Amino acid sequence: MSQSKLSLVFALLGGLVLLFIIAPLAGLFIKTSPVEFFETVNDQEVTGSIALTLGVSLVTTLVFAIGSVPLAYWLARTSFRGREIIQSLVDLPVVIPHSAAGIALLGMVSRDTWVGQAASAIGLDFVGHPLGIGIAMAFVSVPFLIQSARDGFANVPLRLEMAAMSLGASPWRSFLTVSLPLAARSIITGMVMMFSRGLSEFGAIVIIAYHPMVTPVLIYERFGAFGLKYSRPVAALFVLVCLIFFVLLRILANRRTHDPIRKY
Amino acid sequence: MIQLENINKSVGNFTLRDISLSIEQGSYTVILGDSGAGKSLLLEILAGIRRPDSGKILVDGVEVQDQPIQERPFGLVFQDLALFPHLSVRENIAFPLKMRRMSKLDVDQIIHELALRFEISQLMERSPNTLSGGERQRVALARTLAPKPNCLLLDEPLTALDTRIRQEIRGVLRNLNRSGLTIIHVTHDYQEALTLATHIGILEGGRLIQQGTAEEVLRNPINTFTASFTGIKNYIHVTISDQRGSGVCVAMANHDIPITLDLQEPAQEGYVIIPEEAIFLSHHPTDTSAANNFCGTITDFHPSPHGVEVMINSGIPLCALLTAEGVARLNLEIGDTIWASFKATSVRFIPK
Repeated sequence: MSQSKLSLVFALLGGLVLLFIIAPLAGLFIKTSPVEFFETVNDQEVTGSIALTLGVSLVTTLVFAIGSVPLAYWLARTSFRGREIIQSLVDLPVVIPHSAAGIALLGMVSRDTWVGQAASAIGLDFVGHPLGIGIAMAFVSVPFLIQSARDGFANVPLRLEMAAMSLGASPWRSFLTVSLPLAARSIITGMVMMFSRGLSEFGAIVIIAYHPMVTPVLIYERFGAFGLKYSRPVAALFVLVCLIFFVLLRILANRRTHDPIRKY
Repeated sequence: MIQLENINKSVGNFTLRDISLSIEQGSYTVILGDSGAGKSLLLEILAGIRRPDSGKILVDGVEVQDQPIQERPFGLVFQDLALFPHLSVRENIAFPLKMRRMSKLDVDQIIHELALRFEISQLMERSPNTLSGGERQRVALARTLAPKPNCLLLDEPLTALDTRIRQEIRGVLRNLNRSGLTIIHVTHDYQEALTLATHIGILEGGRLIQQGTAEEVLRNPINTFTASFTGIKNYIHVTISDQRGSGVCVAMANHDIPITLDLQEPAQEGYVIIPEEAIFLSHHPTDTSAANNFCGTITDFHPSPHGVEVMINSGIPLCALLTAEGVARLNLEIGDTIWASFKATSVRFIPK
């Protein structure tokens, strides 16, 4: 087969997949009238829900980064028996059904468990609370951050850390001044992925915290109660907000961190 | 004064065995060895990247083998330099000073001095990725020397450089040593040892088989490995069995090939060195005063900076250094039968 025919066939097949992704999203916007769209923008239940979803996902990502970055570094730098098992455990939330993840989490934090009771004692309640939403989001999305950060650290040559230490840096300062900046691009990419995945989570959240409603739950609620016509504008607005955030964060990540290792 | 005492270290199948070495303040010690001899491992142990399984490292009498890497008084330049790609040249050089929490004024002062000394003032704001090999080497040296280490450790610092830059960096290293800095330099290239070393150690298969001043090691290699490393071509194992009186003796190579020496040595085993430029060649046996005349076959020609090395198999392998004109005049070809002659006075004997 000649090169041009090969390119044509590949373009056709690839184009079909792209169309498959774009068509439903385009349809969402085409079928939503401007009036419906602006009514939705002014609907406080919708905007409140979007703000809640964005806020909880952002806070969850930042909080979990504190523990995930050291875990990723440890996974990248140490080799021991059982490392593969820990690696698989980290990836586990990605492969299990999210409703099952929600059931598992509920079993851990509901009011009749010691975790739930301990949290109640200090005035916290996971079930039906943004805290529960955050836990559900984190459970299904944190593997994206850990994987990306781990790959980032693995790409930092160990010699650079050794060089930093032979120049007088303590292990802490070597990590903060060499490893972390050099892995920053991967860590930020991982955080963007975790944040985005958190925004779109439905299965685990709906079980652990139906209220207050995050936008995916609100879309489902409106679809169930009022039908397609009433849920579509909410879906369109949320998709638009997610896209804007995703693109903005990607641009930010690319601008703030060039890729020094690959050039080196 | 840096002393290594009975250092042992196993890594996988490789073992560094019983390394003991004394390094004088202000000396330039080159550790010569093949790849895989343990050179880099030895340097990593000194720098503190790896801990020895046993043995001591003393700096001016103080044991440092248990000190963490960041507290060792050595400056290590890695083979690939390990410049930080996310920092500018200035930030790279400032790195060790900032780690020591020096004031900005002092940092700026030291960087300014180093930039002048290493002629890199114009590169200070550049990224290391954009520098040439020689520039990177200068930056790496400046960064390592910024905190004024007691001793500089260099891991094959000239390997990746072209000939011109190599000579330039050799000059830089020589000047650093002349200014009083102790340098330990590992390499597989004996030319580096010839041009830089005041002291040489030869590492073979994880053992330090010979050490001493550069002159001692280069003049008296203790075995063929050292001889090959120090650039000596005709280094032949012999047994002296016969005395002829009148100041000459005969050493037997390969049991039955006699080499006449202008020396009085008792019967013993050892090595003879025949300088390659002392061997002259002819197509026919000539009436010469040389006591040693061997008939052999030319096996190969090796171009060298000083002419052409003619490899001859005459029962013992010989290497004769001729000028290119000499080779052309004799019309030498591989496979030719040739007579190789050298005087008894040109042969040096090293007892085993």
